[in-house]
Amino acid sequence: MNSLYYQKKLSRNVGDKFFTSLSVFCALIAILPLIFVVTYILIKGGAQITPELFTLEPNPPGDDLDAGGINPALIGTLVITTIASIIAIPVGVGGGIYLAEYSKGGPFSKFIRFGVNVLAGVPSIIAGVFIYALIVSTKILFGSMYSGFAGGMALSILMLPTVIKTTDEGLKLVPNELRYASLGIGASMYTTILKITLPTAFRSIATGVVLGIARAAGETAPLIFTALFSYYYIVGFEDLFYEMGSLAVLIYNFALEPYDAQNKLAWAASFILVISILTVNIFSRIFAAFTEKTKRV
Amino acid sequence: MIKNTKKSQKKNILSLEDVSISYGTFEAVRNVFLNFKAGDITSLIGPSGCGKSTVLRALNRMNDLIPNCSLKGTVLFDGTNIYDKRVDPVEVRRRIGMVFQQPNPFPKSIYENIAFGARINGFTGDMDELVESSLRKAAVWSECKDKLNDSGYSLSGGQQQRLCIARTIAIEPEIILMDEPCSALDPISTLKIEETMHELKKNYTIIIVTHNMQQALRVSDMTAFFNAVEYEDGDGGKVGYLAEFDSTKKIFNSPKEKTTQEYISGKFG
Amino acid sequence: MEEKLILFKNRKRFGIEKNIDIIFKNTTLVLSSLVAIVLFGIILVVFFQSFESFSRYGLNFLVTSEWNPVKDEYGAFTAIYGTLVTSLLSLLITIPLGVGTAIFITEDFVPKFVREIVGSFVELLAAIPSVVLGLWAIFVMEPFFREFFVFLHKFFGWIPLFSSEPAGRNSLLAIIILVVMLLPIVTSIARDSLNQVPKKLRNASYGIGASRWKTIFSVILPAALSGIMAGVLLALGRAMGETMAVTMIIGNSNVFSWSLLSPGYTISSMLANQFGEADGSQVSSLFYAAFVLMILSLVVNIFAQWLVKKFSLKY
Repeated sequence: MNSLYYQKKLSRNVGDKFFTSLSVFCALIAILPLIFVVTYILIKGGAQITPELFTLEPNPPGDDLDAGGINPALIGTLVITTIASIIAIPVGVGGGIYLAEYSKGGPFSKFIRFGVNVLAGVPSIIAGVFIYALIVSTKILFGSMYSGFAGGMALSILMLPTVIKTTDEGLKLVPNELRYASLGIGASMYTTILKITLPTAFRSIATGVVLGIARAAGETAPLIFTALFSYYYIVGFEDLFYEMGSLAVLIYNFALEPYDAQNKLAWAASFILVISILTVNIFSRIFAAFTEKTKRV
Repeated sequence: MIKNTKKSQKKNILSLEDVSISYGTFEAVRNVFLNFKAGDITSLIGPSGCGKSTVLRALNRMNDLIPNCSLKGTVLFDGTNIYDKRVDPVEVRRRIGMVFQQPNPFPKSIYENIAFGARINGFTGDMDELVESSLRKAAVWSECKDKLNDSGYSLSGGQQQRLCIARTIAIEPEIILMDEPCSALDPISTLKIEETMHELKKNYTIIIVTHNMQQALRVSDMTAFFNAVEYEDGDGGKVGYLAEFDSTKKIFNSPKEKTTQEYISGKFG
Repeated sequence: MEEKLILFKNRKRFGIEKNIDIIFKNTTLVLSSLVAIVLFGIILVVFFQSFESFSRYGLNFLVTSEWNPVKDEYGAFTAIYGTLVTSLLSLLITIPLGVGTAIFITEDFVPKFVREIVGSFVELLAAIPSVVLGLWAIFVMEPFFREFFVFLHKFFGWIPLFSSEPAGRNSLLAIIILVVMLLPIVTSIARDSLNQVPKKLRNASYGIGASRWKTIFSVILPAALSGIMAGVLLALGRAMGETMAVTMIIGNSNVFSWSLLSPGYTISSMLANQFGEADGSQVSSLFYAAFVLMILSLVVNIFAQWLVKKFSLKY
């Protein structure tokens, strides 16, 4: 009979050690990129943060002395993301409500859920191509071609599946007893949804939507030929229908410039973008964990 | 006379010496001393929460899989404390097999379910023969022989459980642990498994946790009754302990402890 | 019960409220239909815009590599090859890395909080915008790998994939940055699939004396395989459509080369690069390329969804 003692040289023990180390190695490699990227952005981008950065227009490349600020891009990102949210959230929440509350899992809802997943898999640049064909090249929006509005629409296509999915799934988690309770005292369906189910699912839907917005804020591909880019301040409402800058496109354009000053602006913009996105992500994670804990009690 | 001498020759195959088991800070079982004799079927009975399953899982270090589970004391098997740092738990489990509460065949064919364990234990003989003999010993051969290549999940619950027993037999362990093997089964399947256990007794030592006192009475030679009490120093939670250990006959007919008497007569549980 | 129901039925609801109820339902119905409309809209619009180029080049477009706006000749083979080779090779690297990491997170080699930190780091990586990774790739990653590429060419130049002098921006860099982007997808889906494998299977395997890795390879991974496969396919779709980081680092060259050390092109980087400034039949050809990309990613995505449905865990 074999001894019960652990034998190092046994092939299964050697194998187990080997694969365990391999798995640890994989995990180490997997966390390296985040650490590297964030560190570089903190160092290289953090160094560029000045008050002027937030207030000035960027100078056109070539003048290597002073690159200026990123105010138009910062405001542009806010504006474009807001437009995208204004379109995607009502449509997505409404669509999600239909899927979770009204459809009885029939072929229509199956088809739509399938469509949501397919739409989520459509490459983001295709959304840009679509809006380009639909709005930019046709000049359908008051004769303007590239515009912040077109950029917002392209982004909304990317946000839509996320919003529908989180609404659908958030509502499905609401226990049916709550619905019966409301319907049982004679409340109509829409009152039940608006007053009972939606508020109950609000936290999980909101978390998902906020994450979706954060994701959209960093999207570049749909904007490069819809909103294009602009060096100038956004001053009025009519600017929505002209070319509009954004942090993401600024990073793309200025990273490829041969001038150091523009490269630095790209790092600064990355700093702001990454810090905001990570903050939103970390907070919603803590928030979700907290919600889960309180629910259990 | 002969029977008596035979009994006295039975040696201790597995002994617990002052074993306490905790999950994190919560103590589940305290100060257990227990000797299992080779060739016996021993039942562990007691109310829920008394730690009988915890003790069973400690016998082949399945508790290692539960985070924060720790054990104090010694569990002697074959002259070695299996909780010694130098011991390889895999080696322990190869010699002390386990059958679980829920039938858990692998999502593989019936044949592979048995061959898998045998192969990793370095079986070099005729695999077909081993599969057949194991299934026969577990009394499930007639149901399986025509569909050895079907998934283990194509069998009924009782058959699945006997397949799991066959899988354990195929690695030829010295001891088979059974954790409420019949609790998920219907009465007919239960009886079949009990018959199987009687057959297995010839070659193996069996330790079984059961909720069903009739079952303990039917199958086992020895019975250990576990109970749970609130300890003065505890924080209100109950801690399990071994209340009484004797031959099954004595436990059921003339127990020494009052709680044992109460439990087997159904006053609590 | 009967009586109560009748009572409710007789109680009058205001006409307006009834109408609101119906309007509300139909509004949500229309909104959910919008998903389908947008999806079909995208497919139709891209298809019709590419029609001119399609009727001119037919399927030859897919296999010729000349892309010359001056001569007005277009073939997308370079970009299609680039798309396929970068996405497939990056996936090939990501699968073991991602599954290995997922195993690390689901096994108990280290205390739980360490695993949770690793898990959330990998997920946060997914939140970093692609364009930022591109910036990082240009200024940090490229210099880091420069020497290594020279070495690679020197000693493995006989392999066609490494046969050219390393260029500053090249396909291999694009593959590496794609690995970084795919890692969170593969890891998190593999982790979920591994977590879904019932505990009783692990018990069964340990209970007959299988070692940890025997259990992982023979029991756990096979049971999680379909989920992992679906995740891999989703990652493939993502890799093919990934634009910014790839565009910034791949070098954007229409000259076809087998070598990964040469500058390359993918469909999406070609779109990002040329769409804004294209005119005439180039636009239609770009739409054609976009259509090809869309079909590729649709097929992969639909297949992934089918796989998820078909093989969702049965035990």
